Amino acid sequence: MTPRSLHTLALTACLAGMALPSTQAQSQTQPRPATVVAAGSEIAFTTRQMGVPVEGRFGRFTAQILLDPKKPESGSVSFSIDTGSARFGTAELDAEVPKATWLQVAQFPQASFASTGIKAAGPGRFEVSGRLSIKGSSKDISVPVQLTQAAGSSLTSTASGSFVIKRLDFKVGDGEWADTSLLANDVQVRFKLQLTGLAPL
Amino acid sequence: MPQAALPRYSLTAIALHWLLAPCLAIAFFVGLYMADLPISPLRLKLYNWHKWAGICILSLSALRLLWRLTHQPPADPPMPAWQARAAQATHITLYALFMAVPLAGWAYTSASGFPVVLFGVLPLPDFVPADRALAETIKPLHGTLAWALATLAALHVLAALKHHFVDQDGLLQRMRPGR
Repeated sequence: MTPRSLHTLALTACLAGMALPSTQAQSQTQPRPATVVAAGSEIAFTTRQMGVPVEGRFGRFTAQILLDPKKPESGSVSFSIDTGSARFGTAELDAEVPKATWLQVAQFPQASFASTGIKAAGPGRFEVSGRLSIKGSSKDISVPVQLTQAAGSSLTSTASGSFVIKRLDFKVGDGEWADTSLLANDVQVRFKLQLTGLAPL
Repeated sequence: MPQAALPRYSLTAIALHWLLAPCLAIAFFVGLYMADLPISPLRLKLYNWHKWAGICILSLSALRLLWRLTHQPPADPPMPAWQARAAQATHITLYALFMAVPLAGWAYTSASGFPVVLFGVLPLPDFVPADRALAETIKPLHGTLAWALATLAALHVLAALKHHFVDQDGLLQRMRPGR
Protein backbone atom coordinates (compact mmCIF):
# COMPACT_ATOMS: atom_id res chain seq x y z
CA MET A 1 0.00 0.00 0.00
CA THR A 2 1.39 3.36 -0.99
CA PRO A 3 1.58 6.17 1.52
CA ARG A 4 -0.94 8.06 -0.55
CA SER A 5 -3.57 5.32 -0.37
CA LEU A 6 -2.93 4.93 3.34
CA HIS A 7 -3.57 8.59 3.76
CA THR A 8 -6.84 8.32 1.80
CA LEU A 9 -7.91 5.37 3.91
CA ALA A 10 -7.24 7.24 7.13
CA LEU A 11 -9.17 10.25 5.90
CA THR A 12 -12.14 8.08 4.85
CA ALA A 13 -12.19 6.35 8.24
CA CYS A 14 -12.01 9.69 9.99
CA LEU A 15 -14.89 11.12 7.90
CA ALA A 16 -16.97 7.98 8.45
CA GLY A 17 -16.31 8.17 12.15
CA MET A 18 -17.46 11.75 12.23
CA ALA A 19 -20.51 11.12 10.11
CA LEU A 20 -21.78 8.06 11.91
CA PRO A 21 -22.59 9.52 15.33
CA SER A 22 -24.31 12.55 13.84
CA THR A 23 -26.57 10.34 11.63
CA GLN A 24 -27.51 8.32 14.68
CA ALA A 25 -28.26 11.44 16.66
CA GLN A 26 -30.54 12.70 13.89
CA SER A 27 -32.43 9.43 13.62
CA GLN A 28 -33.21 9.58 17.33
CA THR A 29 -34.84 13.00 17.18
CA GLN A 30 -36.25 13.06 13.66
CA PRO A 31 -37.21 10.26 11.26
CA ARG A 32 -35.70 10.02 7.80
CA PRO A 33 -37.59 12.01 5.17
CA ALA A 34 -39.86 9.94 2.97
CA THR A 35 -39.87 10.39 -0.80
CA VAL A 36 -43.11 11.19 -2.63
CA VAL A 37 -43.55 9.14 -5.81
CA ALA A 38 -45.17 11.68 -8.11
CA ALA A 39 -46.72 9.10 -10.46
CA GLY A 40 -48.86 7.55 -7.72
CA SER A 41 -49.72 10.77 -5.92
CA GLU A 42 -52.41 13.40 -6.35
CA ILE A 43 -54.07 16.30 -4.66
CA ALA A 44 -57.60 16.84 -5.99
CA PHE A 45 -60.45 19.12 -4.98
CA THR A 46 -64.16 19.11 -5.63
CA THR A 47 -66.23 22.28 -5.86
CA ARG A 48 -70.01 22.41 -6.18
CA GLN A 49 -71.58 24.72 -8.76
CA MET A 50 -75.36 24.85 -8.21
CA GLY A 51 -75.12 21.34 -6.79
CA VAL A 52 -72.93 20.02 -9.59
CA PRO A 53 -69.66 18.48 -8.39
CA VAL A 54 -66.71 19.71 -10.45
CA GLU A 55 -63.34 18.17 -9.78
CA GLY A 56 -59.91 19.67 -10.30
CA ARG A 57 -56.38 18.76 -9.31
CA PHE A 58 -53.01 20.29 -8.60
CA GLY A 59 -50.36 19.02 -10.99
CA ARG A 60 -47.32 20.19 -9.07
CA PHE A 61 -46.54 20.12 -5.39
CA THR A 62 -43.66 19.23 -3.13
CA ALA A 63 -43.87 17.61 0.27
CA GLN A 64 -41.50 17.09 3.12
CA ILE A 65 -42.60 14.14 5.21
CA LEU A 66 -40.69 13.17 8.32
CA LEU A 67 -42.63 10.47 10.08
CA ASP A 68 -41.94 7.39 12.10
CA PRO A 69 -45.37 5.69 12.09
CA LYS A 70 -44.57 4.19 15.50
CA LYS A 71 -43.83 7.62 16.98
CA PRO A 72 -46.02 10.05 15.06
CA GLU A 73 -45.63 12.81 17.69
CA SER A 74 -42.01 13.27 16.65
CA GLY A 75 -42.90 13.73 13.00
CA SER A 76 -43.76 16.65 10.82
CA VAL A 77 -45.14 17.18 7.33
CA SER A 78 -45.22 20.20 5.09
CA PHE A 79 -46.53 20.81 1.60
CA SER A 80 -45.95 23.47 -0.98
CA ILE A 81 -48.48 23.46 -3.81
CA ASP A 82 -48.09 25.37 -7.09
CA THR A 83 -51.39 27.22 -7.41
CA GLY A 84 -50.67 27.72 -11.12
CA SER A 85 -50.87 23.96 -11.64
CA ALA A 86 -54.58 23.74 -10.76
CA ARG A 87 -56.55 22.16 -13.60
CA PHE A 88 -60.22 21.25 -14.07
CA GLY A 89 -59.57 19.82 -17.52
CA THR A 90 -61.91 22.35 -19.12
CA ALA A 91 -60.09 25.14 -20.98
CA GLU A 92 -62.50 27.87 -19.89
CA LEU A 93 -62.31 27.01 -16.19
CA ASP A 94 -58.54 26.47 -16.32
CA ALA A 95 -58.12 29.96 -17.75
CA GLU A 96 -60.26 31.33 -14.91
CA VAL A 97 -58.43 29.82 -11.92
CA PRO A 98 -55.27 32.04 -11.95
CA LYS A 99 -57.35 35.25 -11.88
CA ALA A 100 -57.49 37.52 -8.82
CA THR A 101 -61.03 36.37 -7.95
CA TRP A 102 -59.83 32.79 -7.55
CA LEU A 103 -56.25 31.73 -6.67
CA GLN A 104 -54.51 34.96 -7.76
CA VAL A 105 -51.54 32.96 -8.95
CA ALA A 106 -49.31 35.94 -9.84
CA GLN A 107 -49.29 37.23 -6.24
CA PHE A 108 -49.68 33.86 -4.49
CA PRO A 109 -47.89 31.22 -6.56
CA GLN A 110 -47.86 28.75 -3.69
CA ALA A 111 -50.35 27.39 -1.20
CA SER A 112 -48.82 25.67 1.78
CA PHE A 113 -49.54 23.40 4.69
CA ALA A 114 -47.26 22.97 7.70
CA SER A 115 -48.08 20.53 10.45
CA THR A 116 -48.07 21.60 14.08
CA GLY A 117 -48.77 18.17 15.52
CA ILE A 118 -49.34 14.55 14.49
CA LYS A 119 -51.29 12.09 16.63
CA ALA A 120 -52.03 8.41 16.23
CA ALA A 121 -55.77 7.80 15.67
CA GLY A 122 -56.04 4.02 15.42
CA PRO A 123 -54.27 1.35 13.39
CA GLY A 124 -52.72 3.03 10.35
CA ARG A 125 -54.60 6.22 11.14
CA PHE A 126 -53.24 9.61 12.05
CA GLU A 127 -54.61 13.04 12.79
CA VAL A 128 -52.42 15.77 11.38
CA SER A 129 -53.05 19.30 12.70
CA GLY A 130 -51.51 22.23 10.96
CA ARG A 131 -51.80 25.55 9.26
CA LEU A 132 -53.12 25.83 5.72
CA SER A 133 -52.25 29.00 3.80
CA ILE A 134 -53.95 29.91 0.53
CA LYS A 135 -53.97 33.30 -1.18
CA GLY A 136 -52.43 35.06 1.82
CA SER A 137 -54.95 33.73 4.35
CA SER A 138 -54.15 31.06 6.92
CA LYS A 139 -56.39 28.70 8.81
CA ASP A 140 -55.74 25.91 11.31
CA ILE A 141 -57.10 22.61 10.06
CA SER A 142 -57.04 19.00 11.11
CA VAL A 143 -56.53 16.31 8.49
CA PRO A 144 -57.29 12.61 9.00
CA VAL A 145 -54.75 10.38 7.24
CA GLN A 146 -55.00 6.69 6.48
CA LEU A 147 -51.68 4.93 5.92
CA THR A 148 -51.35 1.59 4.19
CA GLN A 149 -48.14 -0.23 3.34
CA ALA A 150 -47.26 -2.84 0.77
CA ALA A 151 -44.01 -4.75 0.98
CA GLY A 152 -42.28 -5.17 -2.36
CA SER A 153 -38.67 -4.74 -3.42
CA SER A 154 -38.88 -1.74 -1.09
CA LEU A 155 -41.63 -0.78 1.33
CA THR A 156 -44.22 1.43 -0.38
CA SER A 157 -46.63 3.44 1.76
CA THR A 158 -49.81 5.12 0.63
CA ALA A 159 -51.17 8.01 2.66
CA SER A 160 -54.68 9.11 1.77
CA GLY A 161 -57.53 11.13 3.14
CA SER A 162 -59.92 13.97 2.55
CA PHE A 163 -61.06 17.05 4.38
CA VAL A 164 -63.31 20.00 3.76
CA ILE A 165 -62.24 23.63 3.70
CA LYS A 166 -64.33 26.78 3.28
CA ARG A 167 -63.25 28.67 0.17
CA LEU A 168 -64.36 32.04 1.61
CA ASP A 169 -61.94 31.56 4.57
CA PHE A 170 -59.26 32.05 1.92
CA LYS A 171 -61.13 34.67 -0.16
CA VAL A 172 -61.34 32.26 -3.08
CA GLY A 173 -64.20 33.37 -5.30
CA ASP A 174 -65.04 36.62 -3.53
CA GLY A 175 -67.06 39.50 -4.93
CA GLU A 176 -69.81 38.42 -7.33
CA TRP A 177 -69.00 34.75 -6.61
CA ALA A 178 -69.43 35.09 -2.82
CA ASP A 179 -73.01 33.72 -3.19
CA THR A 180 -72.63 30.21 -1.77
CA SER A 181 -75.99 29.09 -3.23
CA LEU A 182 -74.30 29.34 -6.64
CA LEU A 183 -70.86 28.14 -5.67
CA ALA A 184 -70.73 26.15 -2.42
CA ASN A 185 -68.45 27.43 0.33
CA ASP A 186 -67.34 23.88 1.08
CA VAL A 187 -64.53 22.53 -1.06
CA GLN A 188 -63.57 18.93 -0.54
CA VAL A 189 -59.86 18.23 -0.79
CA ARG A 190 -58.74 14.68 -1.47
CA PHE A 191 -55.17 13.47 -1.45
CA LYS A 192 -53.25 10.30 -2.11
CA LEU A 193 -49.51 10.16 -1.66
CA GLN A 194 -47.32 7.28 -2.60
CA LEU A 195 -44.24 7.26 -0.38
CA THR A 196 -41.02 5.34 -0.24
CA GLY A 197 -38.55 5.44 2.64
CA LEU A 198 -41.17 5.47 5.39
CA ALA A 199 -40.52 3.16 8.37
CA PRO A 200 -42.94 0.22 8.83
CA LEU A 201 -46.23 0.74 10.67
CA MET B 1 -117.75 26.10 -42.52
CA PRO B 2 -118.97 26.13 -38.92
CA GLN B 3 -116.00 25.91 -36.58
CA ALA B 4 -117.70 23.55 -34.15
CA ALA B 5 -117.69 20.94 -36.87
CA LEU B 6 -114.02 20.11 -36.24
CA PRO B 7 -113.26 17.88 -33.26
CA ARG B 8 -110.48 19.00 -30.93
CA TYR B 9 -107.44 17.28 -29.51
CA SER B 10 -107.90 15.86 -26.00
CA LEU B 11 -107.48 18.31 -23.13
CA THR B 12 -104.26 16.50 -22.06
CA ALA B 13 -102.79 16.89 -25.55
CA ILE B 14 -103.80 20.57 -25.66
CA ALA B 15 -102.32 21.20 -22.19
CA LEU B 16 -99.03 19.48 -23.07
CA HIS B 17 -98.82 21.36 -26.38
CA TRP B 18 -99.23 24.80 -24.80
CA LEU B 19 -97.02 23.97 -21.82
CA LEU B 20 -94.17 22.71 -23.97
CA ALA B 21 -94.35 25.34 -26.72
CA PRO B 22 -93.04 28.24 -24.56
CA CYS B 23 -90.61 25.92 -22.71
CA LEU B 24 -89.04 24.89 -26.02
CA ALA B 25 -88.84 28.48 -27.28
CA ILE B 26 -87.27 29.76 -24.05
CA ALA B 27 -84.80 26.86 -23.80
CA PHE B 28 -83.76 27.48 -27.42
CA PHE B 29 -83.16 31.21 -27.06
CA VAL B 30 -81.47 30.86 -23.64
CA GLY B 31 -79.24 28.19 -25.17
CA LEU B 32 -78.30 30.50 -28.04
CA TYR B 33 -77.60 33.43 -25.72
CA MET B 34 -75.65 31.63 -23.00
CA ALA B 35 -73.21 29.80 -25.27
CA ASP B 36 -71.08 32.89 -25.93
CA LEU B 37 -71.16 34.41 -22.43
CA PRO B 38 -67.91 34.75 -20.48
CA ILE B 39 -67.78 32.89 -17.16
CA SER B 40 -70.02 34.70 -14.67
CA PRO B 41 -72.70 33.89 -12.08
CA LEU B 42 -75.34 34.69 -14.73
CA ARG B 43 -73.84 32.19 -17.15
CA LEU B 44 -73.69 29.51 -14.45
CA LYS B 45 -77.38 30.11 -13.64
CA LEU B 46 -78.47 30.10 -17.29
CA TYR B 47 -76.57 26.88 -18.04
CA ASN B 48 -78.14 25.09 -15.11
CA TRP B 49 -81.64 26.44 -15.78
CA HIS B 50 -81.24 25.39 -19.42
CA LYS B 51 -80.28 21.84 -18.32
CA TRP B 52 -83.16 21.63 -15.85
CA ALA B 53 -85.56 22.89 -18.54
CA GLY B 54 -84.17 20.28 -20.93
CA ILE B 55 -84.81 17.45 -18.48
CA CYS B 56 -88.38 18.72 -17.88
CA ILE B 57 -88.95 18.98 -21.65
CA LEU B 58 -87.60 15.45 -22.13
CA SER B 59 -89.87 14.02 -19.41
CA LEU B 60 -92.98 15.86 -20.57
CA SER B 61 -92.23 14.94 -24.20
CA ALA B 62 -92.00 11.27 -23.26
CA LEU B 63 -95.43 11.56 -21.62
CA ARG B 64 -96.72 13.44 -24.63
CA LEU B 65 -95.41 10.83 -27.06
CA LEU B 66 -97.03 8.07 -24.99
CA TRP B 67 -100.32 9.99 -24.99
CA ARG B 68 -100.13 10.66 -28.73
CA LEU B 69 -99.49 6.96 -29.47
CA THR B 70 -102.44 5.83 -27.36
CA HIS B 71 -104.97 8.49 -28.40
CA GLN B 72 -106.42 9.09 -31.83
CA PRO B 73 -105.90 12.72 -32.91
CA PRO B 74 -108.80 14.53 -34.58
CA ALA B 75 -109.09 14.17 -38.34
CA ASP B 76 -107.39 16.76 -40.56
CA PRO B 77 -109.55 19.30 -42.34
CA PRO B 78 -109.69 18.62 -46.09
CA MET B 79 -106.33 19.44 -47.73
CA PRO B 80 -104.20 18.23 -50.63
CA ALA B 81 -102.55 14.84 -49.99
CA TRP B 82 -98.99 16.28 -50.16
CA GLN B 83 -99.86 18.75 -47.43
CA ALA B 84 -101.28 16.01 -45.22
CA ARG B 85 -98.15 13.93 -45.77
CA ALA B 86 -95.88 16.94 -45.08
CA ALA B 87 -97.79 17.67 -41.88
CA GLN B 88 -97.46 14.10 -40.70
CA ALA B 89 -93.75 13.97 -41.50
CA THR B 90 -93.23 17.27 -39.65
CA HIS B 91 -95.10 15.98 -36.60
CA ILE B 92 -93.12 12.72 -36.48
CA THR B 93 -89.82 14.59 -36.83
CA LEU B 94 -90.84 17.13 -34.17
CA TYR B 95 -91.58 14.33 -31.70
CA ALA B 96 -88.22 12.69 -32.48
CA LEU B 97 -86.43 16.01 -31.90
CA PHE B 98 -88.35 16.68 -28.63
CA MET B 99 -86.45 13.64 -27.32
CA ALA B 100 -83.20 13.89 -29.29
CA VAL B 101 -82.31 17.53 -28.50
CA PRO B 102 -82.47 17.16 -24.68
CA LEU B 103 -80.78 13.73 -24.84
CA ALA B 104 -77.90 15.17 -26.89
CA GLY B 105 -77.61 18.07 -24.43
CA TRP B 106 -77.58 15.70 -21.48
CA ALA B 107 -74.89 13.57 -23.18
CA TYR B 108 -72.88 16.71 -23.97
CA THR B 109 -72.86 17.97 -20.39
CA SER B 110 -72.04 14.48 -19.03
CA ALA B 111 -69.17 14.09 -21.49
CA SER B 112 -67.92 17.55 -20.49
CA GLY B 113 -67.66 16.39 -16.88
CA PHE B 114 -70.61 18.43 -15.60
CA PRO B 115 -73.31 15.94 -14.59
CA VAL B 116 -76.89 17.24 -14.41
CA VAL B 117 -78.12 17.87 -10.87
CA LEU B 118 -81.83 18.54 -11.34
CA PHE B 119 -82.93 21.73 -9.52
CA GLY B 120 -79.54 21.66 -7.78
CA VAL B 121 -80.57 18.71 -5.59
CA LEU B 122 -81.18 15.56 -7.63
CA PRO B 123 -78.08 14.11 -9.33
CA LEU B 124 -79.01 12.39 -12.60
CA PRO B 125 -76.96 9.51 -14.00
CA ASP B 126 -74.48 10.00 -16.82
CA PHE B 127 -75.19 7.71 -19.78
CA VAL B 128 -71.94 8.67 -21.51
CA PRO B 129 -68.53 8.83 -19.81
CA ALA B 130 -66.74 12.12 -19.03
CA ASP B 131 -64.54 12.48 -22.11
CA ARG B 132 -63.44 15.82 -23.63
CA ALA B 133 -63.10 14.45 -27.18
CA LEU B 134 -66.58 12.90 -27.01
CA ALA B 135 -67.97 16.19 -25.66
CA GLU B 136 -66.53 18.08 -28.64
CA THR B 137 -68.22 15.57 -30.96
CA ILE B 138 -71.62 15.84 -29.26
CA LYS B 139 -71.64 19.65 -28.89
CA PRO B 140 -72.34 20.46 -32.57
CA LEU B 141 -74.88 17.62 -32.68
CA HIS B 142 -76.91 19.21 -29.85
CA GLY B 143 -76.74 22.56 -31.64
CA THR B 144 -77.68 21.20 -35.06
CA LEU B 145 -80.60 19.19 -33.70
CA ALA B 146 -81.82 22.25 -31.75
CA TRP B 147 -81.71 24.37 -34.93
CA ALA B 148 -83.57 21.63 -36.81
CA LEU B 149 -86.24 21.63 -34.07
CA ALA B 150 -86.50 25.43 -34.15
CA THR B 151 -86.80 25.41 -37.95
CA LEU B 152 -89.50 22.74 -37.97
CA ALA B 153 -91.37 24.48 -35.12
CA ALA B 154 -91.33 27.71 -37.15
CA LEU B 155 -92.60 25.80 -40.20
CA HIS B 156 -95.30 24.24 -37.99
CA VAL B 157 -96.41 27.71 -36.78
CA LEU B 158 -96.38 29.16 -40.31
CA ALA B 159 -98.43 26.22 -41.64
CA ALA B 160 -100.96 26.60 -38.81
CA LEU B 161 -101.28 30.33 -39.54
CA LYS B 162 -101.66 29.60 -43.26
CA HIS B 163 -104.52 27.18 -42.48
CA HIS B 164 -106.14 29.78 -40.25
CA PHE B 165 -105.75 32.92 -42.35
CA VAL B 166 -105.40 31.67 -45.93
CA ASP B 167 -107.40 28.43 -46.03
CA GLN B 168 -109.69 29.56 -43.19
CA ASP B 169 -110.42 25.90 -42.47
CA GLY B 170 -110.65 26.31 -38.67
CA LEU B 171 -107.65 24.04 -38.08
CA LEU B 172 -106.49 26.09 -35.08
CA GLN B 173 -109.74 25.23 -33.30
CA ARG B 174 -108.39 21.71 -32.77
CA MET B 175 -105.64 22.99 -30.46
CA ARG B 176 -107.49 25.92 -28.86
CA PRO B 177 -107.18 25.94 -25.08
CA GLY B 178 -110.25 26.48 -22.89
CA ARG B 179 -113.78 25.24 -23.49
